[in-house]
Amino acid sequence: MAAITKEAGPASSTTQNKRERKQKIKLTLRAYLWLSPLLLCLSVIVIYPLINGLILSFTNAAQNNIAEQIGAMSYPATYKFVGLQNYVSILRGWFTPGSDDSHVLIQTIIWVIVNAIFHFLIGLGLALILNRKMRFRAVYRTLLMVPWAMPQFVAAFAWRFLYNQQGGYIDAMLQAIHLPVIDWGSDPTWALIAVIIVNIWLGIPFMTVTLLGGLQSIPAELYEAASMDGASRWQRFRSITLPMLRPIAFLVTLLDVIWTFNTFVVIFLLTGGGPFHRSDTLVSYAWEQAFQVPQRYGLGGAYGIIILLILLVFTLFYSRMLRANETVY
Amino acid sequence: MAQKVTSAHPLSGKQQRVSTRPATQKKRGALAVFGSLSAHMVMIITVVICLFPLVVVISTSFKLPNDVFDLKIIPSHPTLSNYQYVLSGDFLTWLGNSLKIGLMTTVVGLAFAAPAAYAMSRWQFIGKRGLLLLFLVTQMFPAMLLIVPLYILFAQLNLLDNIFGLVIAYATTAVPFSVWMLKNFFDTVPKELDEAARVDGLGPFQTFWRVVLPLTIPGVAVVGFFNFMTAWNEFMLAYTFLQSDSKLTLAVGIQRYVHDFGADWHYLTAAAVLVTIPVLIVFIWAQRYLVTGLTGGSVKG
Repeated sequence: MAAITKEAGPASSTTQNKRERKQKIKLTLRAYLWLSPLLLCLSVIVIYPLINGLILSFTNAAQNNIAEQIGAMSYPATYKFVGLQNYVSILRGWFTPGSDDSHVLIQTIIWVIVNAIFHFLIGLGLALILNRKMRFRAVYRTLLMVPWAMPQFVAAFAWRFLYNQQGGYIDAMLQAIHLPVIDWGSDPTWALIAVIIVNIWLGIPFMTVTLLGGLQSIPAELYEAASMDGASRWQRFRSITLPMLRPIAFLVTLLDVIWTFNTFVVIFLLTGGGPFHRSDTLVSYAWEQAFQVPQRYGLGGAYGIIILLILLVFTLFYSRMLRANETVY
Repeated sequence: MAQKVTSAHPLSGKQQRVSTRPATQKKRGALAVFGSLSAHMVMIITVVICLFPLVVVISTSFKLPNDVFDLKIIPSHPTLSNYQYVLSGDFLTWLGNSLKIGLMTTVVGLAFAAPAAYAMSRWQFIGKRGLLLLFLVTQMFPAMLLIVPLYILFAQLNLLDNIFGLVIAYATTAVPFSVWMLKNFFDTVPKELDEAARVDGLGPFQTFWRVVLPLTIPGVAVVGFFNFMTAWNEFMLAYTFLQSDSKLTLAVGIQRYVHDFGADWHYLTAAAVLVTIPVLIVFIWAQRYLVTGLTGGSVKG
C-alpha cells in the first residue's frame, strides 16, 4: 500500500490526506474507548445530578415529600412544581435590607475578597523571601505546608479550641498584652473575623508554593541583564518579576477564589454560621436551608444553580479580563 | 552552603569585597545582613503561626482533663489515657471506614483517570480541547449543586448511609484533577518509547500497561495519594449522607466528642493527632511532586 502511494506521483498528496484522516478517526475512536469509563462515570455523577438539580429547583421538594425507600416500604415522591418561586424568594431576600439573605450575600463578598487579598499578599511576600538564597530555606518551606497538610476538619477543631471562651489560648494571649477578651462566639463581627482568619491561615501554603514556583521559573538572565543596565531592585521587581508572574498569579487567584467561595467545613465546624447566620456564606447558608429542619431540597437546588451561575460568570469575566490585560502588555 | 552561594553569584558578597569600591560595599554588606536577619525573623514568625494549632492539639492530647486549659505547651502530667480511651471506642470503626473509602476511592479514581490521561497525553483526536475544558469546568463544580440531587437519588436507591455512594462521589470529584496531573506525568515519558514498543509488537494497552505506567510509578503514587486525601478529608457529603454511628468516617465521627454543653477536648485532640500525623507525613513528601504535576514540569518545585 505504502509503495503504491509513493509511486502514484501527483495523486499522492490527496491519498496521504485521506490516510491521515483515516488515522485520525481511528485514533479518535480509540481515545474515546479509553475515555469511556471516565465519561460514563462523569455523566452519572455530574450531568445527571445537574439536570435533576435544575428540575428540583423548580419544585417544593422537602423532607416530607420526596421518594424514599425505608426498609421494604417505598414511598413515592409527592412534591409539586412551583415555577420560579424558589428563585424569586432568594432574589427578594437579597434585595431586602436586614434579611438573612442580604446579610449572607454581603458576608460572602467580604469573605471572598478579604481572603483573596490576604492570601495573595502573604503568599507573594513569603514566596519572594523564599526565592532568595537563604539558610534553612527547605526547612521553612516544608514547615509552611502544615496548614495545607492538616485535614480541614482537624484544623477547624484546633482553631475552635484556640478561640475557646473559657480560657482559650487566644483570649489568654490578648489578656497577656492587656487587650480586652473577645466574644468570638456571640459577636457577629468577631465571628466573621474568626472564620476569615482561619481560612487565611489555611490558604497560605498553596499561594506561597505556587507563587514560589512561578518566581523560580523566571530566567535568571533577565535579572542579570537588568542589573548590568543599572536597574534598581524595585525596578527589577516592577518590570521583570510582576509581569513574568502575571499568568500564574491570575491562575492561582482564580482557583483560590473558587475554593474560598465553596468553603463549607471551616464555617460549619467553627461557628456553624452563627450567631444568627452572621458568619455564614452563600454555600454554608444554602446547605443549612437544604439539610436543616425544615429540609427544603427545592430551595437548596435553586441555591446550587445560583452558585454555579455565579462561579461561571465570575470565571468568564475573569478570563476576559486576563485576555484583555495580555493584549495591553 | 553559604560559601557555595556567594561564589556562585558574581555580584554578591565575597567577590565584590575585592572590587574597587570598598566603601559602598561595606554599606551593602551591613544591609544584606539586616535583610537576611529580617527575612529569617519573618519566616520564623510565619512558621510558628502555621505550626501553633497543630502543636496545641498534640500537647492537649497528652493532658489530663483538668489540665486542658492550663495553657502549657508541655503537659504537667503527661498521660496516654486519652489515646487508650479513643482507641477502645468507636474510633477504630471510623478509621476502618475511612481507610476502606480512601483505598476504594484511590483505586477507582486511578482506574478511571489513568487510561483517560494516557489517551490525552499520546493521541491527537477530535474533541480533545473540549474535553480538557470540560474537566476544568467539573473541577470548579460546587459540591452544593450536586449534594441535593445526589441526596434525593441516594434516598431513592437506598444508598444513603452507604459507603459505596460516597466512593463513587469522591472518585468522580478527584478524577478531573487526576487526569490533569497524570497527563503531565505521562508527557515526561518520551514518545519514542511507545514507538519502540509498537515496533516490538505491543498493542496500545500493552504499551501503556507494561512500558509507560511502570516508568511513572512515583507520579501515579502521588496522584493516588491525593485521591486518598480527598476521601480522607471530605466532610460535607459524608456528614450529609451518613447517619448510623457504625458507618461514619473519621471526619464526621470525630464530632461525637463535641456535645451541646462543650467538648471532650482531651479525647478530640487525641483522635485528631491519630487522624492527622500519617497524612501529614505523606503529604509533605508528596507536595514536591504536586507542583511539578500541576505545571507540567515547566516549573521547578
